[in-house]
Amino acid sequence: MTAQLLTFYLFSGVILISSLMVISTKNPVHSVLFLILSFLNAAGLFVILHAEFLAMILIIVYVGAVAVLFLFVVMMLDFKTSINKDNILQYIPIGILIGVVFIAELIIVLINTKFDLSNIQVLPNPLSDFTGKSNTEAIGSVLYTDYILYFQLSGVILLVAMIGSIVLTLREREGVKRQVVLEQLQRQGKIELVDVKSGKGVDI
Amino acid sequence: MIELNQFLILSALLFAIGVIGIFLNRKNVIIILMSIEIILLSVNLNLIAFSYFLNDLTGQIFSLFVLTVAAAEAAIGLAILVIYNRNAGSIEIEKINALKG
Repeated sequence: MTAQLLTFYLFSGVILISSLMVISTKNPVHSVLFLILSFLNAAGLFVILHAEFLAMILIIVYVGAVAVLFLFVVMMLDFKTSINKDNILQYIPIGILIGVVFIAELIIVLINTKFDLSNIQVLPNPLSDFTGKSNTEAIGSVLYTDYILYFQLSGVILLVAMIGSIVLTLREREGVKRQVVLEQLQRQGKIELVDVKSGKGVDI
Repeated sequence: MIELNQFLILSALLFAIGVIGIFLNRKNVIIILMSIEIILLSVNLNLIAFSYFLNDLTGQIFSLFVLTVAAAEAAIGLAILVIYNRNAGSIEIEKINALKG
């Protein structure tokens, strides 16, 4: 058993256990922390697959931004988790049923299939010679040329998401005094410039 | 060597865990959002595994776009969650029945 295989089993075992904990713990804060653990180990798997750029992006974007956003929301809302026990148990049979059907179908398909990737025709890529380039350089040379339209569209998606979440959560509060710069600047006759002589002071 | 099937089985298990999480969870909506994140992670793992074993970079590019959409979805979902909690006072799934569905 090579070290690579051992690392794969370590990472995937931690991913599976921590994502099971995400959906089964009672405390939502623990769920978010297990989600972070799961993402970190997935980044390790990406490194095994020679996708270093995406591994780092996963850590920066998911652990650094999305998981912290989840953590903020979980900690700022107070959840009244006053669910009695039988209410939870009511949904376990249907969940187990759907899960078992899902896993069984996928595993049956995957175990009986030996993917012969040598027969698959990959679409010819004009920049497909990436030998000697780092993963980041290779992604950049494809992303900014062949996929520039999709890159800009994803930028538009992020802009729409940002505007949407700001508009959704913004609210006007009553009784808050705000600075109105226009009124401040338009005050006439109440502002006086005084030339203060040194040693004499000024009368107010 | 690691084979492609191992990654596909791991990703299938992760996907199933996410789906079970959506069905099993009846406490609050935020766990459902986390289950969706787990599902998207399994999809990304699939894309990157195929990208490695096919020697094609397109899978990694697509995975980057999936990450973008997932981040946008998380932001919008959490914003909706916050204003729902402000308006209704609770985000328990049992009590979210305004549409009588």
